[in-house]
Amino acid sequence: MSSSWIGKSVKRLEDPALLTGRGQFVDDIHIPGTLHAAFVRSPHAHARIANIDKSGALSFAGVHAVYTFEDLPDALTARPLPELQPNSLMRAAVMPFALARDEVCHVGAPVAVVLADDRYIAEDALEHIVVDYEVLPAAVDVFDAAEPGAATAHAHLDDNLAADIRIGYGDADAAFMNPHLIIDERFVQHRGTAHPIECRAVQAQFDELTDTMRLWANTQTPHLYKAAYADLMDVPEQNVMVIAPDVGGGFGPKVMLYPEQLVVPACALLTGRPVKWTEDRREHFITATMERDQHWRGELAVDADGTIRGLRAEMLHDMGAHAMWGIVTPWISCTTVPGPYVLPSYQMHCRVVMTNKVAVTPVRGAGRPQAAYFIERLLDRAADALGLGRDEIRRRNYVQPEQMPYEVGLIFRDGRPVVYDTGDYPELARLALEKSDWAGFRERQRAARAEGRYLGIGVASYIEATGLGPFEGTSVHVLPSGRVAVHTGAAPQGQGHQTMLAQVVADALGARLEDITVKTSDTVTIPRGVGTFASRITPNASPAAHEAGLSVKTKIRKVASHMLEAAEEDLEVEDGRVFIRGVREHGKTFAEIAKFANALPGFALPKGLDPVLQDTVYFAPEQATYPCGTHVAEVEVDPALGAVRILRYVTAHDCGTIINPVSVEAQVMGGVAHGVGNALLERMVYDDAGQPLTVNFGEYLLPSAPEVPCVEQTHMESPTPLNPLGAKGAGEGGTIPAIAVIVSAIEDALAPFDVQINDVPVTPDRLLALIDESTEESH
Amino acid sequence: MKPSPFAYHAPTTLAETLDLLADLDDAKLLAGGQSLMPMMNFRYVAPEHLIDLNQVAGLDRIELGEKYVRLGAMVRQRSLLTHDALNACCPLFREALEWVGHIATRNRGTLGGSLSHLDPAAELPVVCMALNAEVEIASSEGQRTVQATQWPVAYMLPNIDEHELLIGIRFARPDTSFGARTGMAFSEFARRHGDFALAAVAIVVALDDDDTVTHASVALGGVDDVPLRLSAAEELLIGRRADAGVVTTAARAALELPGFEDVHASATYRRKVAMTLLERTLSTALMRARESQT
Amino acid sequence: MNQTWDVTVSVNGAPVQATVPVRQSLADFLRHTLELTGTHVGCEHGVCGACTVLLDGRSVRSCLTLAVQANGHSITTIEGLAGDAELGPLQQAFMDQHALQCGFCTPGMLATLTEFLREHPAPTEHEVRLAISGNLCRCTGYENIVRAALQAAPALYASGTQGGVPGASE
Repeated sequence: MSSSWIGKSVKRLEDPALLTGRGQFVDDIHIPGTLHAAFVRSPHAHARIANIDKSGALSFAGVHAVYTFEDLPDALTARPLPELQPNSLMRAAVMPFALARDEVCHVGAPVAVVLADDRYIAEDALEHIVVDYEVLPAAVDVFDAAEPGAATAHAHLDDNLAADIRIGYGDADAAFMNPHLIIDERFVQHRGTAHPIECRAVQAQFDELTDTMRLWANTQTPHLYKAAYADLMDVPEQNVMVIAPDVGGGFGPKVMLYPEQLVVPACALLTGRPVKWTEDRREHFITATMERDQHWRGELAVDADGTIRGLRAEMLHDMGAHAMWGIVTPWISCTTVPGPYVLPSYQMHCRVVMTNKVAVTPVRGAGRPQAAYFIERLLDRAADALGLGRDEIRRRNYVQPEQMPYEVGLIFRDGRPVVYDTGDYPELARLALEKSDWAGFRERQRAARAEGRYLGIGVASYIEATGLGPFEGTSVHVLPSGRVAVHTGAAPQGQGHQTMLAQVVADALGARLEDITVKTSDTVTIPRGVGTFASRITPNASPAAHEAGLSVKTKIRKVASHMLEAAEEDLEVEDGRVFIRGVREHGKTFAEIAKFANALPGFALPKGLDPVLQDTVYFAPEQATYPCGTHVAEVEVDPALGAVRILRYVTAHDCGTIINPVSVEAQVMGGVAHGVGNALLERMVYDDAGQPLTVNFGEYLLPSAPEVPCVEQTHMESPTPLNPLGAKGAGEGGTIPAIAVIVSAIEDALAPFDVQINDVPVTPDRLLALIDESTEESH
Repeated sequence: MKPSPFAYHAPTTLAETLDLLADLDDAKLLAGGQSLMPMMNFRYVAPEHLIDLNQVAGLDRIELGEKYVRLGAMVRQRSLLTHDALNACCPLFREALEWVGHIATRNRGTLGGSLSHLDPAAELPVVCMALNAEVEIASSEGQRTVQATQWPVAYMLPNIDEHELLIGIRFARPDTSFGARTGMAFSEFARRHGDFALAAVAIVVALDDDDTVTHASVALGGVDDVPLRLSAAEELLIGRRADAGVVTTAARAALELPGFEDVHASATYRRKVAMTLLERTLSTALMRARESQT
Repeated sequence: MNQTWDVTVSVNGAPVQATVPVRQSLADFLRHTLELTGTHVGCEHGVCGACTVLLDGRSVRSCLTLAVQANGHSITTIEGLAGDAELGPLQQAFMDQHALQCGFCTPGMLATLTEFLREHPAPTEHEVRLAISGNLCRCTGYENIVRAALQAAPALYASGTQGGVPGASE
């Protein structure tokens, strides 16, 4: 019996090409005759377009066309972009047109497009397109925007309230009757974005001969793009082909369907030439969707022993101008608040407010980091007020393993109840605390203080709903060469799906790993797919791969049984060969079997045999599954500079069955790094007119290697019963508690100054101001 | 993010360069390109002519004389960091350059480029000011020098005419000019390693045998909209025995600066951090001066 | 006004003659003229480091270098790092340590570390982190890149001392 590939740290099949410059990203595709697009973009947060004069640009040598709204195909002027996440709770859901019709609602909104021989010339021409704007009052600050009579983000609306969400369960009023303690706090997580190192890009080529639109885009959702394009343009889906080749990071914003993804193919139709647009970083800063940007207030009622009685909360969510991903992000935030704790009663009132900024849609963590930050910091405050350890208050409130499956009392964003499936939250906390030597910390802290150094420690736990539906598919096909072709709707951006799925297929099918080729992100190869987001591929595509592999193995057995003249139940399949149990040398290779099944032209296939050793399985999960974990961070703060250094970072993590351990660990490391950025560095700043002030990498700071700690990891595996492999997904867990745990540790380090940190990111400037405020108050 | 069109010139001699500068209007000089090229890619700057200095002979020399050091404008930041003899007589360069950008940007970035771009938080102008350097300027009309302290005129505006060329700097060797008991130190704080400083401090101090301060240069970057010398601190130090109390008092002079505000930090923050860094860096420089007793 | 300039450049050891627009970046020249698309463009303002290549053995931002400035110099890109081998020692270390995910920052990381490791036989973890501080990666959290650099250090240093850094002065 060959050993299982699942659970092995397999070196990635993706790497050799990427390490030698043979990867293929969208901008690497060179189709002769391609025109290069550049966009005129709104310089205003909110304005009406009075007139566009493009004559100056058209006279440029090398410029082939300039298009505005009126020039677009009728299908794109008749309606705006489709709403991808409609929700009956939305009072208003405004989507942009592919090019601005008469109103622009955020800085960066596309107004016109230039097509030229190269990008240099296209940018030259941009400067000669004159747009007359009538500047309109802008909704910028989310609190102001939520007020009656505020300037509206869209001229045709009376107010900015996109949705008013009230969720909850239990008897909160009873919980707040004479509790021992009420913690009442406000928290803010500012706006930032994902900044994959590769910006967005689209290449379109219309093939008149076959009436086919070929689209290459670095999207996380190629099938969604295909369906939306076909629907909007009213063309048959089979006449649209979308490929997401190698994609240079996604982290959420590349899930969306953006105006440029429709304008570029429209330009290909209008000019009859291939058209490419590669977003530059300046554009990415003002067009790619963003996240966080939530303002929270909560009252937590606790008993004297630290037991949570209830939580009343309200949250203001700045969704930006457009409903690009509906109310998914705030909904996830609201439903993630209870976290790994028994929260007997919960009331949440969330207002989703439109402003004249780029839309808020999920970025790694997708609303969960905010929720984790909220509940974790409330627990920190409660622990401090009660004189309990920050570890102890958590220990007293974790959902216990024997309570699984644990029904929280909320409806998740997949429309199903929030039910935690498996996991041992207290044990994960114990592991993280032990590994971080939590018990010895106060002594380390005391010794450091004697040297004038300020150390702090923090702990935070989390759950993450992953593996969202509706489905994902994988097809497995044993070719006459004996090689195995695997296709899937998964659309990775570096997660290693190809390697992971190859491992699953190798086990299920009994194939050799080196014979398996996994192709992703191509709508031609598998008819339906959903895409890579919400840590959903491992729990959805790999069960599909598993079942497809088993199904093809059954077909292989049937053929082999005929060839070997043996009963199917006497056959074993291993390493790409089928043989009679106990007679290893008497067997047939996959190549022999597949060739036999394929038969000679004109010859009859024996009865009952499937000529094609192929199957496609779509796995549809019943509900989300719940990875979980605890992080501990130890930091040093220089209170004279406001400088923070993360000394140690420990995680205990459970994502169910682990398929490729090195990949899972790498996901956690990357996720933590993103959290470091959110906690300390990344903030998108706007002025009062809605003009972004952080529009380059010198102003908006991403974490670089010296700021990011090593992540010391421990893993548990509590398989989920929700899929046959028990795998849960690991893409975002690293980020979710990171902000909370880092800020908690900073606050602990600054305990002598009695500093309370509520807003993130916490910059050196902000930290020093807090220390000063606190020092002044105490005088 | 592609630059506007320009005419490219690649002179190979100083004379040729100066002639081009004299003849051309709206010309920009391209040194290491680590600041100019981003601004051109963003089209914040769109010169009609670009004069590339990278092939001009003789501008990249490091000359260590008995009394003076001369550094050509095209000396790369990498060379300033790695040049052992230079750093033996003036360790400020190595100490400062470790904070400047990253390997790849230091490989291209030049001394003259840093001085000319004059970002208020850049390290090299601060070092030059602390060293009392003279900036050498040439044009087709002849040569002149400007004291480094007079080099910044206003925010990112150096004391040079558009038809002139910065060709290098010259400064007295700090290891021999102020006596044996000279100490130097540089430090800064930035949000990430390699970023422009939220505050940067360069110090040169000399002591006599009684530990009385005989020379003090205190230069600050990142605090105001230009790099500057903090004469109030220098005056407090000179002629006094520099004990901890004097150091603290001198450092407090940073609090009197107007300060400069951007998305990274407020003026208040910059003043306070300048004070902290000044106190720490001054202590280091004084300790080094005391230890350098022969 | 789109001036051009004739250049002769050695790219991955092979001589290349071309007429380039003077405003074309070295990155665009490599990617679009020579179709060496292994060099990636991430920010075009010199911060992300994805476009880093070796010019005469020293790492430079190809988005901040004009193609015309490469005239008479030698350029090494990710396509030329392995020589005749399938993978060079640093590339192999990246694979062994799972030091890449999406692979977009990888060419710049490899260029930076190739120069650094040729001169640093036994760097500390902190030194490696400083060396790559000008190369942003959004996927990995850097940890495995640091491990890969430490794994490859002895082999890279040996290759650096054998051949020296080609063309590097000082």
